[in-house]
Order: sequence, then C-alpha cells, then structure tokens
Amino acid sequence: MFKFVKGPLESIDGVGIYPLISLLIFFIFFVALFWWVITAKKDYINQVSNLPLDKEDVSDNSNPLQN
Amino acid sequence: MELQQFYYDNKIVKKFIIATMFWGLIGMSVGLLLASMFLFPTITDGIPWLSFGRLRPLHTNAVIFAFVGNAIFAGVYYSSQRLLKARMWSDFLSNFNFWGWQAIIIAAAITLPMGFTSSKEYAELEWPIDIAITLVWVAFGANLIGTMIKRRQRHLYVAIWFYLATFVTVAVLHIINNIEIPVSAFKSYSVYSGVQDALVQWWYGHNAVAFFLTTPFLGLMYYFVPKAANRPVYSYRLSIVHFWSLIFIYIWAGPHHLLYTSLPDWAQNLGVAFSIMLLFPSWGGMINGLLTLRGAWDKVRVDPVLKFMVVAITGYGMATFEGPMLSLKNVNAIAHFSDWIIAHVHVGALAWNGFLTFGMLYWMVPRLFKTKLWSTKLANVHFWIGTLGIIMYALPMYVAGFVQASMWKQFNPDGTLTYGNFLETVTEIMPMYWMRAIGGSLYIVGAIVMLYNIIKTARQGSAVEDELAEAAALTRVTPKRIKGEAYHSWLERRPVKLTIFATIAILIGGAAQIIPSLLVDDYVPVISSVKPYTPLELEGRDIYIREGCVSCHSQMVRPFRSEVERYGEYSKAGEYRYDFPFLWGSKRTGPDLHRIGQKYSDNWHLNHMYDPRSTSAGSIMPAYQWLIKDKLDKSDTQTKMRAMQTLGVPYSDAEVANAEKWMLAQGTKIEENLYSDPDFASTYEADKKYASENNEEFIEMRNREIVALIAYLQRLGTDIKAKDLQEISTN
Repeated sequence: MFKFVKGPLESIDGVGIYPLISLLIFFIFFVALFWWVITAKKDYINQVSNLPLDKEDVSDNSNPLQN
Repeated sequence: MELQQFYYDNKIVKKFIIATMFWGLIGMSVGLLLASMFLFPTITDGIPWLSFGRLRPLHTNAVIFAFVGNAIFAGVYYSSQRLLKARMWSDFLSNFNFWGWQAIIIAAAITLPMGFTSSKEYAELEWPIDIAITLVWVAFGANLIGTMIKRRQRHLYVAIWFYLATFVTVAVLHIINNIEIPVSAFKSYSVYSGVQDALVQWWYGHNAVAFFLTTPFLGLMYYFVPKAANRPVYSYRLSIVHFWSLIFIYIWAGPHHLLYTSLPDWAQNLGVAFSIMLLFPSWGGMINGLLTLRGAWDKVRVDPVLKFMVVAITGYGMATFEGPMLSLKNVNAIAHFSDWIIAHVHVGALAWNGFLTFGMLYWMVPRLFKTKLWSTKLANVHFWIGTLGIIMYALPMYVAGFVQASMWKQFNPDGTLTYGNFLETVTEIMPMYWMRAIGGSLYIVGAIVMLYNIIKTARQGSAVEDELAEAAALTRVTPKRIKGEAYHSWLERRPVKLTIFATIAILIGGAAQIIPSLLVDDYVPVISSVKPYTPLELEGRDIYIREGCVSCHSQMVRPFRSEVERYGEYSKAGEYRYDFPFLWGSKRTGPDLHRIGQKYSDNWHLNHMYDPRSTSAGSIMPAYQWLIKDKLDKSDTQTKMRAMQTLGVPYSDAEVANAEKWMLAQGTKIEENLYSDPDFASTYEADKKYASENNEEFIEMRNREIVALIAYLQRLGTDIKAKDLQEISTN
C-alpha cells in the first residue's frame, strides 16, 4: 500500500512522513470521537434524543447541564 | 422562567412542498421520455432540444436539484424551526432561497436543452447559473446559521449537524469544481484538464451524492422517523459516531468512479480503501434508523408514512452496501460503464430519496393544514405501485448490466471477441429497457396518485401559515465549558465551532487528494507527440459537448484485454493534457470513442450522423441531421483559443491570428474527402444547384458543423502510435 501512496509523489522531499501523518489523523480522530461518545452523560443523551418529540414540559434554558 | 411567543413560518415550507411535487413529476417524466428513447430512438428526430444528449442532464439535474433539492429545503425549513424553537432568521432570506432556487431550475430547464453545458456530470450548468447557485446557497446557509444563533433550544439536535455539514460541503464542492474561464455568456472551459479535471469532477460528483442526496436526508431521517414513530432515535450515541465518521470518510471516496482509468494508482487505491470503510458509518445510520422502529413495527403495518420510510431506509442500506462493493476493482471492472450503475443510482434516488420525501410529505401536509390525510388507502396504493416500480426498474437494469458487461468481455477460443459488434450487446438487452420503462411509469403513476391525495388533503384542511409556538428564552451562559459538561455537549451548543470542525473534517480528505494533483508537475506523464487540437477540432469538440455525446460514449479505453481488442490501445493519462474539460464519460450506451479517429471514413461519419441506422442497422443512437445542415459558428473561435492559451495550451499568437484560415483549409480537405462518395457528390451538388436557382443562401459543406465534428472525431486518440509508446516517460 505504501508504494501506491508514495508513487508519483516521490519527488517531494520527505514525503514518507505523509502516510504517517494520515494514520495519526485517523487514529486520533476516531479515538477522540469514541471518547466523546462514551463520556456523554445518560441524562443528557436522553434529553437530546427527545428533542424532535413534542414534550409538554418546557425546558429551563438557564442551565446548560440540565438540558 | 419567562416564556416567549413566536410563530413558525409554515408558508415557506408549503411553497417548497409544492415545488417538490411539481419538479418531481417533471424530472421523472423527462426520465421516462429518455427511457422510451432507448426503445424508439427516432421519436424526437430533427428536434435538437429534445435529443437524448441534451435531455439527459436535464433529467439528472431536475431530479437531484429540483425534486430532491426542494424536498431538502421543505424538510429543513420545517424541522429546523421546531428543533431550534425559533422562526427562521429572515423571511427575506427564506423567500430569496425559494424564488432564487426556482429561477435557477427554470434557467437550467431552458439552457440545458439549448445545449449550454459544461458537460461535467451534475455540474452541467454554465457559469452565470453557477454564480446564481452560489448566492442562493449562501442565503440558505446564512438563514440556517442565523436561526441557530437566535434559537431557544440550547442543544443542537443531530439533524441540525447534518444540515450544517450539507451547507458547508456543497458550497466547497460547487465552487472548486466549477472554476472555469468564460468565453461567452453561456460557454466556458474548466480550468482543469484531463486527469486533473476527472479527479476534481468525481471528487465533486461523488460528494454531491454524499452531501446533497445523503447527509441532508439523514438529517431528515433523524427528525421525521422519530416523529412518525413517536419515539426517540434508537441510539443518540450512535448518531454522533455516524455523523462524524460519515462526513470524515465520505469525502475521500471519489476516485472509485475512476478505477482502471488513467488516474494514478495511488489515488484509485485511496478511493477504494475509503469506500470500503464507508460501509460502516452508512450501515450504522441505516441500523439506527430502522431500530428506531423497535417495538413499533405494528404501526408500520397501518401507517403509510412509516411504510415509505422503512423502504427508504432499506433502499439506503442496499445502495450503501452496493457502493463499497462496486468500489472493489474486480467488481467495478464489470459494472462500470454498464446499466448496473443505472440500477444502483435509481435504488438510491427512487427508494432512498423518493420514498423518504413521500413519507415526509404525507406526514407534513396534514399537519400544515391541520387536518388528516385525505385517503390512507390511496397512500397505500401509492406505496405499493411505487415499490413495484422500483423493483421493476432496478432488477432489469441489474440483469442488463451483467449481461452486457459479460458480452463485452466474451472471447472465442481463437482469441477474437465473440460479440465484436457492439450493437449485438445492445440488442440483447432491449427487453430489459422495456421493463425499465414500465417500472419507471409505475413509479410516476404512484407520484401522480400522491399529488391528487395531497391536493385533496390541502383542500379539506386550512393552512396555518404562521403557527404559534412558545419557548423559554435562552439565557447567556459562558462560552467556556462548565464543570462537569462533556466535551461534545459543550460543542453542541456552539454552532459556529461545530460548523468549523465539520468543515475541517471534510477538508482533510479533499485536500489530501486534490492538492497533490494540482501541485506536482509530473503528476501526469507528458507524451511529447500529444499536440493541441486545431481550431476546427476544438469547435468540433464543443459540438460534441453541446450535443451531450458524453452521456452515452466514453473516451477511456481501460487496460483490459477485451477493451484493447475491441477499441485499440488503452488510454494514457498524458493523452488528455489539452482536454478542457475531460470527456471520459461514465456510461457506454454506445461504444467507447477514444480510438475512433481514422477508424472510419469521413463519409461514414456524415452518413452515421444523418441516419445512424443507415450505417449501423439496429442502432439506438438518435440522428443529428441539424449538424449536417447548420453553419458552424466561428465567431468565438479566437476567444476560445485565447482562453486555452491562458490555461497553458501552447497555441502561438500567429496560430490564433490565422485560426480562420486554418479552419477553412481543414474544412475544405474534409469536404474534398466527402466527394469520394458519389452519392454525397450528387446530392450535395443538387442542393447547391437548387439553392442558386431559387436565390437561397447556400452554406458550403466546409463551413458546416458536421465538418468540425468529423475533424474532431478523426483526431481522437490518434496522437500516439504504438511506436511512440516507448518514449512515454515512466515517472
């Protein structure tokens, strides 16, 4: 796979670092994504997922943690 | 806690709903007309603006941007106001969005049949319309973001993120793909050529599917499916993963449209790898949509809205499973250029986009008119006719694709092609084209039934144009994260930041693919024998573009034994150096034309254009009789050549100055060649005599459009000969 990435770009100095950077971007992106999702609080998830449904109770907008 | 009263703008939603149904029926009907042209290729003979090549972009643009586009706006304007607990930011922008978009569609419906096209798929519209699209799109985005800023709901629901990503990405794609040099009011040249143009175009084309046909509809799915089922989405956590991974990965997958072409391997393989990965976020979304109905499947049995949505999501699942499979090089080798692709896109368009739109309309309209759906029975009839229509459309096209691709590749034991005549492979699949037309008709009948039902529903109710709502005002809190607040929930109350992050996510993939190809000089190996087109060939090429020949003919011989045997030497990247824009095509209803040059006589081409069935019995190509009669417009030739000069085509100033002479000389040579056919000589002389006897103006053959087209066709693929191939630099 590596040679495909390098192929026509070999003339760029230090092109070997590109695939490494790509891999890192990927790895960090998905680790961070799953970290966000896993640390999300259950109450919050329940509340947000109910947003499209018209619930009678009007939410109190003063505290971001409660809605 | 003080409650504020405000009004939802239902009027704008209603307008977009009307436009959706109107343009939907038009777009589908043009599709049906095109489908019938496969069966009766002569039905629009002699009418240039009704010829297949000009109508095909009208069909695709009408369905994508007019039908689906208006459906997106209707759904987004309805759901955003309710999710953000606010009226749209600006009534002026809402209306500018609506009327601007309809004006663009009308402009497209006029200019495309007239032959004004840039020929880049789903971006055919010429430069003035491109600018208008940019303005209207920015108005839409500004209105959406403005509404977010004055919202009364702290957190942005996942649907809103999808809308945001749609706005940002479509803007980026549209602008980068449509950078072009205008030569007249409705003619321009892409600034990219050949391989680079192909890469930019399919980065755009693929992501138009992603960010116009997919992400906005996923947003709509996340709003309307929970609404219709009256339960929250199956997993909100999954929707977060779905959103970020989808937009991050989608943008890389464009090159899978160019497998086995002259695009460098590294870009092809990058596209394949990301396309395979794309299966996971896509199916994550599909599963999330379907599982939202957990415990509510009994409702699906009785509620037509849910029926439509279930088939839509299933269609999405099928199309997004098929997509990654089609990206595998071995599968792509069979499917590409065949009707399999037509089946694939119609599963997406008819099931996913069409059915989700229908479900959404059946849900919204009764609510907008404070009534019940006029007839549930008719909605069910629509559902079943539509579903049958999709099956009747898609299945025959899959069969047609397999059969034809297999025939293209079939060899005799002695090494010759079994079906050496391309037409044999077309005749074989004619029954499939019949079934496709029937399937398409069923689908349209269903849509008409819906139109009737919706009109009846609207009539029995009363429209509430400004709907009263109330919600607490949003008090200001610190822009910083507060203690105990998770990162993503903080991000969700920062709309501008969320937009910026989404933009970064999509730019990474775009930059990694596009920038190297634009910066590295030796990206495309130079072939010294490849020379610019002569002015007459350039004009001929513009006729080829105008008539939409690219709709049915590729110019890309892939490096397969079967294709080299059928068409000639496989295509090299360096051969397209002066092709602004590229014309590789994406479908072979007729044979590839990259090596057509010098294969047939000039007379053959003339006769073939006049009546394709006179040279190729059973051909389904339309006739192009006007090309043989009409005078070639040479008034812009020098402007065109100068535009080419700015793009780096090595025309000398003397060549530009002598363009007229040069064209006349080449045209005269072709006219002389045509005289070798005694039939031509006698008819042509008779015409000439008749004109002079009746004092009519007579256009010499050398000055007619057909001569330019012949010049171009005879040049195609002739710059390299086998002996030159050794000289190609291999870097």
